[in-house]
Amino acid sequence: MEILGLLTDGVLVSLMPINIMLILVGVTLGLFIGAMPGLGSVNGVAILLPITFLVPPGSAIIFLAAIYYGAMYGGAISSITLGIPGASTAVATTFDGRPLALKGRASLALVTAAIASFVGGTVSNVLFTIFAPLLAKVALIFGPPEIFALMLLAFATFVGLGGDDIPKTILSICLGLVFAAVGFDEISGAPRLVFFDITGFLHGINFLVLAIGVYGIGEMIWTIESTRGEITTTEAKMSVKGIVADSKEGMRRGWKGTGVGSFLGFFVGILPAAGATPGSLMSYGVAKLMAKNPKEFGQGHPGGVAAPEAANNSASTGAMLPMLTLGIPGSPTTAILLGGMVIWGLTPGPRLFTDQPEFVWGLIGSFYISNVFALIVNLAFIPLFIWMLRMPFTVLAPLIFVLSVVGGYAATQDMHDVWLMLAFGFGAFFLRKLDYPLAPAVLAIVLGPIAEPTLRQSLLLSSGDATIFFTRPIAGPITIIAIILILLPLFKVILTRMRGGDATQA
Amino acid sequence: MRLAEIVTAGVLALMSIYLMFKSTELNIGYIPEEGPGGGFWPFWLSGIMLICTGLIAFNWYRRTSPPSQSTEVLLDGYGKRTLVLVGGGLLGFIALIDIISMYGAMVVFLIYYLRFLGRHSWKLTAILSISIPVVFFVFFEALMRITLPKGMKFTEPFYNFLNTIIY
Repeated sequence: MEILGLLTDGVLVSLMPINIMLILVGVTLGLFIGAMPGLGSVNGVAILLPITFLVPPGSAIIFLAAIYYGAMYGGAISSITLGIPGASTAVATTFDGRPLALKGRASLALVTAAIASFVGGTVSNVLFTIFAPLLAKVALIFGPPEIFALMLLAFATFVGLGGDDIPKTILSICLGLVFAAVGFDEISGAPRLVFFDITGFLHGINFLVLAIGVYGIGEMIWTIESTRGEITTTEAKMSVKGIVADSKEGMRRGWKGTGVGSFLGFFVGILPAAGATPGSLMSYGVAKLMAKNPKEFGQGHPGGVAAPEAANNSASTGAMLPMLTLGIPGSPTTAILLGGMVIWGLTPGPRLFTDQPEFVWGLIGSFYISNVFALIVNLAFIPLFIWMLRMPFTVLAPLIFVLSVVGGYAATQDMHDVWLMLAFGFGAFFLRKLDYPLAPAVLAIVLGPIAEPTLRQSLLLSSGDATIFFTRPIAGPITIIAIILILLPLFKVILTRMRGGDATQA
Repeated sequence: MRLAEIVTAGVLALMSIYLMFKSTELNIGYIPEEGPGGGFWPFWLSGIMLICTGLIAFNWYRRTSPPSQSTEVLLDGYGKRTLVLVGGGLLGFIALIDIISMYGAMVVFLIYYLRFLGRHSWKLTAILSISIPVVFFVFFEALMRITLPKGMKFTEPFYNFLNTIIY
């Protein structure tokens, strides 16, 4: 087995002292970030990306992936003890986690969440290891039209499956793509979209400036504004004996949910735009359908905690699959990781597997190690995290703002970008209040520099004939699926009307 | 919220028109042997944005999107206060960077936020607003050798002194 050999090498890479230290720090930070309400893996990765320039790219991505991983474990902690999800990925965990905590079984819920996360992570790692090299091999024959068709598919899934207001989603995507076009036109070399002749725009808009503006400033102000109420913590007493007993009960009653979440989460995670949040919600729904007594769900059933927690961990690994093999991210967090890879001088996509095997397999190996560490750190530090959750937001918020401002500066070392980031932050706050989805804009600013040249190269290949996206054997079906996805919401409206009900009145 | 929805759509529409206009500085059509011009991509994307703002306005008129039905105000008293105090604090923080350096601005911002917005004790405020900039200084200047803005001339002697320690 060639894969096993490569995987062993990868695990050895991630066991190097610097990497193992970064994994430990990353997982712990991620757990904390995931546990804090209002902060998710996206915020953590966006805010901390600029400080990874200290270490080699291989270690940097291992660190960020560990944060991503840890945040998936951490989200459950606040869902259970505070009753508010620590991140959108843990929304479904509150359905049964909170009732369990209110019954005095917070420790059962926390232990079940940790074990389910571990199983979900392990299953998805194995699936990832099997599928990634295969997909990368197929993707090697992709030319510009195929890559552009994939980009179109990534945006289309946001429109068709994102569930947000359609015109607002499309607007958000286009805005991100136009921001990505600021700077110099790559092909003609002419300055482009230099607003008001401000020279700061000549070097383009770094995706981090937008990402930190949106997630570090806009969302933070939004969280401060919207969570004005008091937050109450449920006590969770933990002892070694209790953990063993709870693990047994959690596994006995939650195995079905864990299984559903592990597999469903992975495949939903692969879809761009979908990611861990819909993955965990869908897994909760399916686990409920499959349960012997569905009515127990929502009243505090360990299966209702296990399913979404297994799914969000599984989905976070799944989302890395298209990022590494095709160069299209499966979630906002992986979009930021992808942007980081570009900064580090690595071109994501199939060639990565042949050109940088050590990087790829080191990262895959680190998933396995991170998963084990996250479980240990999670179980060991649960009481500490609960104590930290009582930390007032007025201490955490200024820390995050300081990190955001420094991070925004460090990325390009230009004060122009810090001001731009603040402007994006304010803009994001208002747009967020009016239900504009902002993740598509962040995804778009990362994908813009890939989408535009591939479109232009494709049109050059075909002498301006747009049918090239339909006639090539691989690009064709992808384009058609993308178009169907874009039109999907329209079909739904028409279908509702044909059934006699007016969609707008319903 | 209803008023804010249409005003925002209007602002975004104007922005789209500006972006379309700005894109025409480069060729927006197809150049034989060269492919689409440099303005092609942003021009048509801004065009799609303009159409989207039209659709948002249409949904507003039909009252189908949640914000266009909402009778809540976009920002109530608490919201306005938060935005002015937090947003204003950030604005002040960034404005101070070019005057009293990144680290100086950090100290001022942390004192403002912790003591005046958070109403924490002077003890906690002092511990955090001194230790955090120190940690950042050690990390960026000493470890990563990334220099953060040092503000105007008068901070020079202070940083020269610190540099003699780390270099």
